Amino acid sequence: MRKISTGNKAVAEAVALARPDVVAAYPITPQSDIVETIAEFVAAGKLDTKYIPVESEHSSMAACIGAGIAGARTFTATSSHGLTYMHEMTNWAAGARLPVVMANVNRSLAPGWNIWVEHSDAIQERDTGWLQIWVSTVQEAYDTTLMAFRIAEHNDVLLPVMINLDGFTLSHIMQPLDTVEPGDFIPPIHLPDPVDPAHPAGYGTIAGPADQFRFRYKMEQAMQDAKAVIAETEQDFARRFGRTYSAAEEYRAGDADVVVVALGTLGKEAEVAVDILRDEGIKAGSVRPRWFRPFPDLDLAGKELVVIDRDYSFGFGGVLAHEIRSKYLTKVFSVIAGLGGQEVTYDDIAEFVRKRRIGEEFWFGVSDHV
Amino acid sequence: MVVIAEIPSTEYVLNCTSACAGCGDSLALRYVLKAAGPDTILVMPAGCTAAFQGVYPKTAYALPVVNIAFAAAAASASGLSTFLRAKGKKTKVVVYAGDGATLDIGLSAVSGAFERRTDFLYVCYDNEAYGNTGMQRSGATPIGAKTTTTPAGKPEIKKDIDTIIAAHEPPYQATACAAYPQDLFRKVQKALTFEGPTFVHILTPCPPGWRYSAEKTVELGKLAVKSGIWALYERENGKLVISAPTKAAMKKPVPLEEYLAPQGRFKGIDSATVALLKGRIAENFRRLAAEEAGS
Ligand code: SF4
Repeated sequence: MRKISTGNKAVAEAVALARPDVVAAYPITPQSDIVETIAEFVAAGKLDTKYIPVESEHSSMAACIGAGIAGARTFTATSSHGLTYMHEMTNWAAGARLPVVMANVNRSLAPGWNIWVEHSDAIQERDTGWLQIWVSTVQEAYDTTLMAFRIAEHNDVLLPVMINLDGFTLSHIMQPLDTVEPGDFIPPIHLPDPVDPAHPAGYGTIAGPADQFRFRYKMEQAMQDAKAVIAETEQDFARRFGRTYSAAEEYRAGDADVVVVALGTLGKEAEVAVDILRDEGIKAGSVRPRWFRPFPDLDLAGKELVVIDRDYSFGFGGVLAHEIRSKYLTKVFSVIAGLGGQEVTYDDIAEFVRKRRIGEEFWFGVSDHV
Repeated sequence: MVVIAEIPSTEYVLNCTSACAGCGDSLALRYVLKAAGPDTILVMPAGCTAAFQGVYPKTAYALPVVNIAFAAAAASASGLSTFLRAKGKKTKVVVYAGDGATLDIGLSAVSGAFERRTDFLYVCYDNEAYGNTGMQRSGATPIGAKTTTTPAGKPEIKKDIDTIIAAHEPPYQATACAAYPQDLFRKVQKALTFEGPTFVHILTPCPPGWRYSAEKTVELGKLAVKSGIWALYERENGKLVISAPTKAAMKKPVPLEEYLAPQGRFKGIDSATVALLKGRIAENFRRLAAEEAGS
C-alpha cells in the first residue's frame, strides 16, 4: 500500500510487522513518537506485544536483555542522551549475544541542549558489538527495520542491530511509503539456550581471561559472518518486494574521479550534488555506507575522496574519514559538517568537492572558506 | 512457625562457592532458594553473591542465574517476568541483590519495577557495605560503622529502604535475618504466593566487613535482632505484623553494646553515636507497635 509517512512512523509500522514479544522504552526527543505509535498499536489491540514503560533508557535496554535471555524478540528506540545513558547495557546486550533491535534517532549531545541531528551519539557506540546501519529515506527506514530483525536473529549473527535515522531531517519529514505484507520474510525467533529452570545454567557468570578472550573473538566472527547474512537478506527482500539495497549505496561512482562519502541523509543529498557537478564536467560520484558495523568493503581505488562527518572524535578527527583513511590507506578531504543540526545543502556538498584540499580537514561554516 | 523438618533438604547452593568463611549472605541464599524451589530463575546484579557463584563454565547454584549489570537487576527481571507471564509461565522470578545494588545504584530501577507492578520477588541481602569490592560504605552502612571509605566511622544514618519500598504499596514485604532461617524461609515462601512485586530485606552478617571472627555469624545476627537494631516484621497488603523475636526484643532488648562490642567496625564508636542508635531503636519500636496496633 502506498501512503505518506514520517521516518518515525515508518519504523513503528515495520516493528509492528515483526511482532516483537517485548518493547521496553523511555521517551526522548526526537525518538518519542516511534514508541508512542507502538504503544497505540498495542492499546488498540492491533499488536500482541508487551509494552514495558520503563523509568530510564538504562532500564529499557536491561528489560530487553532480561526478556531476550528467555528467548523474546525485543525492540526499543532511543536518541542522544538516552543512548549514552544506556551505554552500559548496550555493551551487555552485545556481549550476551542478544538480537535486540533498536532505532536510534541521531541527535547531538549537551551542552548546550540541542535536539537536532548529529551522529556522535551512535558513533560513541561504535565499539560495543552492535551492528549499525544508517538509513536515508522514509522507505529505507521502513525496509531496513524489517530486515534488521531477520539479520540480528540469524543464528550466524546473534548480535543487536541499531538502525540510525537522522533526527528531524528524517524522523519527522513526510515522504511516500510503500508498505509490504511480510509473509514469512521474518522467521520466528529461535535463540539457542534460552534461560530455563529445567536446565539450570549461569548466564553472564564470571569468565576468566581465556574464555573472555574467546567470547570477544566469537563476537568478531559473528560481525564478519553478518556480511553474508546482510547480503542474503537484502537479496531476498529485493526478490519479494522489489526494492534493492546493499551494504553501501553507490551513485555514479564507477567512473568517478572524486567520490563523496557520507552517512545518512547527507549521503543521499550528495547524489544531487553529484548531478550538479557532472553537469559542470566534474566526474563526481557518491558512496553512502549503509552499514557502519560491520564496515562494508568499498571499492575506492584510485579515487579522490571527500568524506563528510556529522561527528567528531576530539583530539583526532572525523571518525568516518579516519576509518576510510586507515582501511584504504588513502588521503581524504575530511569535512566536518552538520553538527548540532547545522544545515548542509547539496550546493554546499558540491562546493566541498569543487574546492577540495585532499589531505586536509575542514570545519564547514567555521574554518576559512572553501 | 516453620519447623526445620519442613524445610526441603534439596540444596541449590552447592558445596563449592568461594564465599568467605562464615558468610551470612550464603546462608541466607541457601534458605531463599529452598523456599523458592526448582521452578525459579534468579536475576543477580554485581555483588558478593554473583562473585562467589564460581567461574565459567561452572556455577555453584543449581538454578538458572541471569547475571546482569549492577544497576540493572530490577529492570531485567521486569523484562524477564513480563515475557514469561505473556507466555503463560508461572516460573518465579527472584532478584537477589545486595544493599549497594538495591539502596544505591539500582534504586531507580527498583522503584520503577515496583511501580509497574512487576510480578517478582526482590530480595535484598544486606551486609551493610560494598562487600565484593572491599567494604566501602553503602547507603545501608549504619552510622558510626568504619568502612574502607569511612575510616573514622560513617557520619550518616542507614538509608531506610523498607519505608521507601512501603511507599510503593507492594502486596507483601518483610524483613528477615540470616540467623533466623525458619522465619526467613517462611517469609520468602509467603512472598512468592503473591502476584505483583514483593520485597524481602535480609540482614546478612559479614565477618570481614563487620570485622568479627567467622564462627560468630549466627550469634551476631541474633544480637542484631535481640538488641533491636534490626527489627523483624512483615507487611501484608498494608497490614503490619511484628515477628516473634522482635516482639521479645521489644519487651526486653539486650543492651546494644553487646551487639557493637564484638565488631571491629564499631571500635571506638563514641557514646553520643551509641545514644543516637539507641534512640532510633526505641523510636522504631514505638512506630512499629503503633502501626501494628493500627493507631
Ligand atoms: S564479604 Fe561478606 S557478604 Fe561478601 S562473601 Fe564475604 S562474608 Fe559474604
